[in-house]
Amino acid sequence: MNAYAILAQLLELATALVMAPILVGWVNQCRAWMQNRSAPPLLQTYYTLNKLFHKEVLLAHNASSLFHSAPYIIFSCMALAAAIVPTLSTDLIFSPAADAIALVGLFALARVFIALAGMDVGTAFGTLGARREMLIGFLAEPALLMVFFTASLISQSTSLSTIVETLAHKEIAIYPSLAFAGVAFTMVSLAENARVPVDNPTTHLELTMIHEAMILEYSGRHLALIEWAAALKLFAYSCLGIALFFPFGIPEASDPLSLTLAAIILVVKLAIGGFLLALIETLSAKMRIFRAPEFLGTAFLLAVLAMLVHLLLRA
Amino acid sequence: MSELRLLDGILIAALGWLLIGAVGVVFPRRFTLISKILFPLGAAIGIVVALLALSAMMAAPETRQLPLGLPDLPFHLRVDALSAFFLFLLGATSAGISIYAAGYMRRSEGAQLGLQCLLYHAFLASMAFVMLADDGYAFMVAWETMALTSFFLVTAEHRHEEIRRAGYLYLLIAHVGAVGILLSFGVMAGSAGDYTFDAMRAFSRTGIWPTIAFLLALFGFGAKAGALPMHVWLPEAHPAAPSPVSAMMSGVMLKTAIYGLLRVSFDLLNAQLWWWGVLLLVIGLATALFGVIYAAIQTDMKRLLAYSSIENIGLILVGFGLTLVFKSFRLPALSALALTATLYHCLNHAFFKSLLFLSTGSVLHATGERNLGKLGGLIHAMPWVAWLALVGVLASAGLPPLNGFVSEWLLLQSFLFTSGLPHGYLNMLLPVVAAAIALIAALAGFAMVKFFGVIFLGQPREEKLGQAHDAGRLERIGLLWLASGCFLLGLVPHMIIALLDPVAQLLVGGGLGEVTPHGWWLLAPIHPDRASYSAAVFFGSLACFIPLVYWLVHRFLHGRFTRVPPWDCGFPLQTPRMQDTAEGFGQPIRRIFTSFLRRTREHPSPFDTAPRYRSIVEDPIWYAVYLPVARLVERATRLIAFLQQGRIAIYLMYSFVTLLVLLVLTRG
Repeated sequence: MNAYAILAQLLELATALVMAPILVGWVNQCRAWMQNRSAPPLLQTYYTLNKLFHKEVLLAHNASSLFHSAPYIIFSCMALAAAIVPTLSTDLIFSPAADAIALVGLFALARVFIALAGMDVGTAFGTLGARREMLIGFLAEPALLMVFFTASLISQSTSLSTIVETLAHKEIAIYPSLAFAGVAFTMVSLAENARVPVDNPTTHLELTMIHEAMILEYSGRHLALIEWAAALKLFAYSCLGIALFFPFGIPEASDPLSLTLAAIILVVKLAIGGFLLALIETLSAKMRIFRAPEFLGTAFLLAVLAMLVHLLLRA
Repeated sequence: MSELRLLDGILIAALGWLLIGAVGVVFPRRFTLISKILFPLGAAIGIVVALLALSAMMAAPETRQLPLGLPDLPFHLRVDALSAFFLFLLGATSAGISIYAAGYMRRSEGAQLGLQCLLYHAFLASMAFVMLADDGYAFMVAWETMALTSFFLVTAEHRHEEIRRAGYLYLLIAHVGAVGILLSFGVMAGSAGDYTFDAMRAFSRTGIWPTIAFLLALFGFGAKAGALPMHVWLPEAHPAAPSPVSAMMSGVMLKTAIYGLLRVSFDLLNAQLWWWGVLLLVIGLATALFGVIYAAIQTDMKRLLAYSSIENIGLILVGFGLTLVFKSFRLPALSALALTATLYHCLNHAFFKSLLFLSTGSVLHATGERNLGKLGGLIHAMPWVAWLALVGVLASAGLPPLNGFVSEWLLLQSFLFTSGLPHGYLNMLLPVVAAAIALIAALAGFAMVKFFGVIFLGQPREEKLGQAHDAGRLERIGLLWLASGCFLLGLVPHMIIALLDPVAQLLVGGGLGEVTPHGWWLLAPIHPDRASYSAAVFFGSLACFIPLVYWLVHRFLHGRFTRVPPWDCGFPLQTPRMQDTAEGFGQPIRRIFTSFLRRTREHPSPFDTAPRYRSIVEDPIWYAVYLPVARLVERATRLIAFLQQGRIAIYLMYSFVTLLVLLVLTRG
């Protein structure tokens, strides 16, 4: 552990907190362009957050202490997750503290709290959203773990830093297993981040919604924290995709020069990634909720297939 | 015998439990004596047992003979690292449960109370003797005492028909299992007739005999542990028993079966075959998947927990099977890792499942309801129970930074890197098992959110729930004890793993060695480059972030709020009946796993003026295995019933013919 590792860690956390809302704004902008609408400004998410933070909180009469505390817990989980994923450097102080499995556990912790908060007020929408969120969760979580395991088998490690180092800096090799894993990861990310075709982030007052249904009762600063946490989640998943499948350019060292360079590369990659996400969302239609198990079951099978492909080719 | 040894200390403590029980039964109507003195005393003895066992884990094995039992057949006792670990589990968990039970007792139970006190403490003592026994005879005596005392505890409210039925089923399966264990001991003792464990260790069997002994033991202990297809008693007996007893049975008694199976497979049998491990893996996976799917669709809170116990036993068996596979291929480091995960999960499950069962006990006392469809919103009336149950729920769902996550992490780690096996297919298939474990863990999260959300959150589904009261002081202490256990086991995993090292040395001849060479805060069982997890940093950063964010928001913005009616998308009418019920919450699982379930549904006709909708999910194994077996037994008895003529002359003739046949046979 050195001073640069701490610097890199802090910088990475700050980058995540600042960039996450911009990434959401960028995706929305791209989508609006592709759909021939006039686009909102890039910083629109910031304006929304600002407005929400200054508004008064309206709490339902029977909202419990769990309801108050959940936004803070969810936000902290997502901030920690964004800090764990190696984006600017693999030499981070948090990287030995949590590996890929712990990261999945962290996402699950946030999901359990948001689902419980959704059930807390006891409205029809809240419990419906919680049930669906847990449904998506238990289907997506094993698929995500399998994607990580495929990468872990290649690098013989579940530590994210080691995985990135192996994939980015060891000898160039083509891993067919990663192709399957990549498709599976994309499908899981769409589901986990409440995107089309599994959920629609812009929908409201529809029986099809999942994420929005759970957070209907939140307002003011609580809602702002949850929206920010959702943005951080999208950011963390995008960075995970970059780290696992396009890790070239993430430096092992964390001196200021390579950090700056890494930051520029990251922004470019995220811009491309956000554009692709908007493209997927524009080209596909929202599925019925009970098509989601098939969608995620396919992701799970692809991820298991990725692992088997790796083991077969090695044997 | 100059100094007092650890074994003697544990023995005295176990006898102390028996003494407490005896005092209880002598003064059955002294409520204050029993609930305020005897049960807390039992809890104190639990702590003593845990401490003694902790030091016994580090010490050399000790043995002792008790001049009890049949003539020429004294009880042999022994404590080594394995039994000390399970004694620690028993002591530490029972301390929390006993102190809770002290507050759980109600004066209205009358003279029952003394009897309950006796049975409860005899149950504890018999479990301690199961761990201590060093010969087949003492083991079976303790095992049967355990089965009988727990049977009477389960049937405490024997006036209910269904509780009698549950108790009968439990007793039946326990005894069928006990026969398996007895036969297994018989096979291992061979023809020498020496039933001490020492003789069994020394007696080397060849050919098919070790396999027969293992399979018999698997059958016997599997019945007690609730492995598929011997699980049917578990979801009946656990809900029927009073909550502290359910906690004890699920948290500790199921682990005695794991102890027995570990003792037989690794200690008494000197060689292991790899396919035993694969068999255990398959059984464990099936059990875990079955348990978790059924847990997610239950509507009775204690049945839900019982099925969740089946799931956890399945996970433990999976780890056990993996240990056997590695051991049979002589990979001590990997088998030590798998064994550590297995034992760790035993300890974790003991803590979080007892905690959850006890919180259902508090809910039951406060509301009189076990049906999830009639609960809800209890976090307002019972904040203590709710928040402590939340700890158990998070631990049970395998979420960091609590204890359930650590053992699942270790288990996944041991599955991932199995490339050293000299067996191609196994190399290929074992990492895929990790996929199944991931699915099971995620489903457990679903079941646990349902459990907590439906009981404690939302609006109360019945009028009377508003008057529910929180748990009393002693109950809170018990819950707190177990909840802090969940935290502690999650936060200092490297210390627990260091404690487990002697057990691994004893059973698989290798340990994980020094697990903390890279700093006290880091858990890296193999190498930090390969995998590491630090609960302290994890928890520490969350514990810093949350207050920091809270402070920042409240300092620089504002903390105002107004109470208003719920928004609910502007929908004006909101009744508690519009929330998801337990059935509603389980609907996705019922729909996705339809082929696993045996479902009967009744749809009302559209013209029905008082429509009723029914959906009943039953255990398919009951219909596929148990009823055919029962019918077979019935038919067999009918076939041989013609022997029973009811006339003494005919019976005398049977004896005479038997005698003649035997004489002819022995002559030849």
